[in-house]
Amino acid sequence: MRRLVLPLLGMVAVLLVWTALSQTVAPDIPSPVRTWQESRRYVLEPFFKDGELNQGIARLAFYSLVRVGKGFLLALLIGTPIGFMLGLSRTFHETFDPIIQFLRPISPLAWLPLGLVIFRQSEPAAVFTIALCAMWPTVINTAVGVRSISPDYLNVGRVLKLSRLKMLTKIVVPATLPYVFTGYRLSLGLAWLVIVASEMLTGTPGVGGFLWQEYNSLVYSHIILSVITIGAIGFLLDRLMGVVEARVKAG
Amino acid sequence: MAFLDVREVHKTFATPRGATHVLGGASLALEDGEFVAIVGYSGSGKTTLISLIAGLLAPDAGDIVLDGRPVREPGPERGIVFQQYSLLPWLTAHDNVALAVDAVDGARPAADRRRRTAELLALVGLTSAAGKRPRELSGGMRQRVAVARGLAMRPKVLLMDEPFSALDALTRASLQDQLLRIWGERRSTVVLVTNDVDEAILLADRIYPMTPGPGAVLGPPIEVGLPRPRQRRHMSLQPAYQKVRHEIVDFLRASRGGGA
Repeated sequence: MRRLVLPLLGMVAVLLVWTALSQTVAPDIPSPVRTWQESRRYVLEPFFKDGELNQGIARLAFYSLVRVGKGFLLALLIGTPIGFMLGLSRTFHETFDPIIQFLRPISPLAWLPLGLVIFRQSEPAAVFTIALCAMWPTVINTAVGVRSISPDYLNVGRVLKLSRLKMLTKIVVPATLPYVFTGYRLSLGLAWLVIVASEMLTGTPGVGGFLWQEYNSLVYSHIILSVITIGAIGFLLDRLMGVVEARVKAG
Repeated sequence: MAFLDVREVHKTFATPRGATHVLGGASLALEDGEFVAIVGYSGSGKTTLISLIAGLLAPDAGDIVLDGRPVREPGPERGIVFQQYSLLPWLTAHDNVALAVDAVDGARPAADRRRRTAELLALVGLTSAAGKRPRELSGGMRQRVAVARGLAMRPKVLLMDEPFSALDALTRASLQDQLLRIWGERRSTVVLVTNDVDEAILLADRIYPMTPGPGAVLGPPIEVGLPRPRQRRHMSLQPAYQKVRHEIVDFLRASRGGGA
């Protein structure tokens, strides 16, 4: 009961503050009621399509999710092996760790123009940016995971004289998997953060693109609709990966 | 030359607070089929010595020779049962043992290897728990899996590093009895490290007391001389048992500087 009532109370409180703000200091921000009135079609008919950037919210979310999916997958495909190599090879670590620490904090906003220069198209540029920004947690967590393998497990492999391949498949990878999936969850969160920025800058159809277009058309209620959608999907994605991660950790 | 010959091994570890001299010339010798125990206080360097024999560490000085070959790296002919079991938590009891069987008997047909894994699990009484992961097993069961894995390596010498120290007294007694039975059937060569004098007397043919570090060495071996098969219940009443026990305890006390 408590776990249901308290979050609801919290939500009501936020709606009240939102209403109060829209009536006083921020008169340009539509109140919750007005937001709903102006956005209901997007929610109640989530699959309508009137134009490239005027579509139901589920359609827009779908475009964004596909884009994030591609970027996320690319991030995993690149990030996981790099993470394993960083963890396994001292030489590799000493060679590339400084550059990784240097690249990691670069904002998606900085990568995107480079992507556009390289690919000359907004779609691959967006995927490139997502992958480049989202892969770091996977890289770092995998590397940390490999380095935290209990020496006892490695000693078992040494005593059994396992081949390098068997050592990897029987001991290193399974021992690292929980860390890898924590990395994946964090990477997915980042990928979702990056999608909005990259869609805003490229104007591609999706939740972020829609948000930016509605800002330019002064339909502020749709900005709020987009923000809420982004939050809801981000939350769901995190939960979903949380379940996968827990499964992996439980073995 | 003895079957396993450890001669004057020294080992020093570098720590942030300076070098720690752990072993200062420890020697021991045992013959094929012998069960030897090393008894000493916690922290005296027993685990270091067994890691050296296993080849997981390299000595700074001294030689370790098994069956005429110097020990330079780890290998299954020196199968080891670790103190903390070290079972792979993502594998079932069966797969933990099978990993060792496959590594050692890789050239044999799969059916033979499966049969051997099943036999080893049966030997330690875990046939019904074969499909369980380590975390679903009790401490005693985990250690039995570890013993089965150690035997799976077909070791020339089985190294056991305080294998029962993490278990409660009742479980420990029952595992000691099982080890006694298994050893009676197979006569493997065993080096057991323990801080439990009674465990050493119950199981071993010969006992090396270890002086407390730094610079630990092994004292002269003490022959147990109790007849086999041994029974826990009657043993402690025998005069020979008391004599051996006193010899070990006296040596350990004296080597610690006469203190309690």
